[in-house]
Amino acid sequence: MNVKKVKEDTIHFIFLILGLIAVGSVLVITIYLVISGLPAIREIGLVDFLFGTRWASTSAQPEYGILPFILTSIYGTAGAIVIGVPIGFFAAVYLAKMAPRKVCQVMELCIGVLAGIPSVVYGLVGMLILIPAIMAIFDVPDGASLLAAIVVLAVMILPSVINVSLTSLQAVPREYEEASLALGATWTETCFKVTVPAARSGIFTAIVLGIGRAIGEAMAVMMVAGNVANMPSLFQSVRFLTTAVASEMSYSSGLQRQALFSIALVLFFFIMLINATLLVIKKRSQSL
Amino acid sequence: MIQPLSQSRKAWGVLMKTLCFISIAIVTVLTGFMLVYVFYKGLPEITWQLLSTSPSYLKHTIGILPDIMNTIYVVIATLVMVLPIGVGAAIYLNEYAKNRRIVELIEFAAETLSGIPSIIYGLVGMLVFCQFLGLQTSLLAGSMTLVVMNLPTILRTTQEALKTVPQGYREGAFALGAGKWRVIRTVVLPSCINGIVTGCILAVGRILGESAALLFTTGFAHNLNGFFEGLRSSGATLTVALYVYAKEQGEFEVAYAIAAILMVLTILINIATTVMGRIMERRNGQ
Repeated sequence: MNVKKVKEDTIHFIFLILGLIAVGSVLVITIYLVISGLPAIREIGLVDFLFGTRWASTSAQPEYGILPFILTSIYGTAGAIVIGVPIGFFAAVYLAKMAPRKVCQVMELCIGVLAGIPSVVYGLVGMLILIPAIMAIFDVPDGASLLAAIVVLAVMILPSVINVSLTSLQAVPREYEEASLALGATWTETCFKVTVPAARSGIFTAIVLGIGRAIGEAMAVMMVAGNVANMPSLFQSVRFLTTAVASEMSYSSGLQRQALFSIALVLFFFIMLINATLLVIKKRSQSL
Repeated sequence: MIQPLSQSRKAWGVLMKTLCFISIAIVTVLTGFMLVYVFYKGLPEITWQLLSTSPSYLKHTIGILPDIMNTIYVVIATLVMVLPIGVGAAIYLNEYAKNRRIVELIEFAAETLSGIPSIIYGLVGMLVFCQFLGLQTSLLAGSMTLVVMNLPTILRTTQEALKTVPQGYREGAFALGAGKWRVIRTVVLPSCINGIVTGCILAVGRILGESAALLFTTGFAHNLNGFFEGLRSSGATLTVALYVYAKEQGEFEVAYAIAAILMVLTILINIATTVMGRIMERRNGQ
């Protein structure tokens, strides 16, 4: 009897450990980023680091200002949201409330494929289609620009925006819509003035998730944004927080390398901010 | 008497509907374009020589066999490691945990993990696995990084599946005198195997598409190795190879060929998840 209890307790303990691995991973990631990110910030100075407008890590007198990267990441993400969210939102409303069943099934597969396409493939198509297109349409010398990155990011956030909005729109109780219809509203009015407001926390979640994906994307952006540390401007080559880390990592050393870790720490801070926002939305919608 | 809709209400309705149609059209065209374009450019470039050889400087040929093998190794190694951890964690949350605090903590951690961008995984993976644990740039280090990345996926899908196992199954087995572990092993796990398989398929999809996390952890060598030899050495997966060929070497034909292969795999994985979803729905419906 006792042997059995010991065995069961041991197994319980093993499962507890397996469960805590996730917690341990978060701790390790946080600790490692803080430990490796802080020294450079301390050496450069927080204000100079965050608000310095010049990044010249390899010049004789190196300067490490990451404001261009921060602003590029913010502008790029904002641009992707402005383009991607409306398209995703209307597509989700259509799929949830207006589309015939067959269309829904086909689109589900389409969106699944769109979500599954690796980011390097988006980058490749962006490199060879989008960049020449931007050069031709806007008559600029180089199409590798913030605009190209915004378009690629907008496409990349579409599937998650659609899927999350779709789920929350489908979860709205049928009675809400029936009541609205009974009061004489048309179906379209019901969809947009009853169903959408009722699903707003889900739609908001979709937007925040989209922001998270856009700000964290590295490879596709690296292939289309041109990768020069300019202050952001629509038709200029720019560098994001993510690509700043990725592009110099392989050959960096010393303070430059430490500064890259600091950039990752700043990126991590943004991501944590987004996670916290998601948590707040979730808590609020649960308490309603 | 029924009053006709006012002009402005009618116009608003038409406008909203049009916006919906335009949006869905954009999504459809985009998907269609990506598929057609990548296949049109990539499929003609896929040759037997490309698929079956290593790159050779002497003959000036490029082959992606090593990259294909590396991808398979990484997928296998990652799944072997992440499955016990993810499924175990889900079992703990659903079957063992009594303390609400711990459950919330683990779920919060999993959610945080799924929000962290892959470039940060790559960086920390490099620091922890390659440098601290001394694995160097190797497929094993990359796989371990991917384990942490895919942990939330496996955990969540398994947890969902565990929740659908009827309580009566467990109670029936307990009533027959089985211990907790035996109940989990022989009753609970077999009835949620579909959920675990779905999690695996999703994880494979993520692994195949991952590049930023692997750039610094697996590196980009193109050597053909056996499984265990391969895990110890540096090597590019298909996505990393695509990036290197397109961005650094300008070999766009090869890049398109790899893109087409990845696209086929993406579609297959999507069909597989849809099929699994249908199977699970049917079972739960019963």
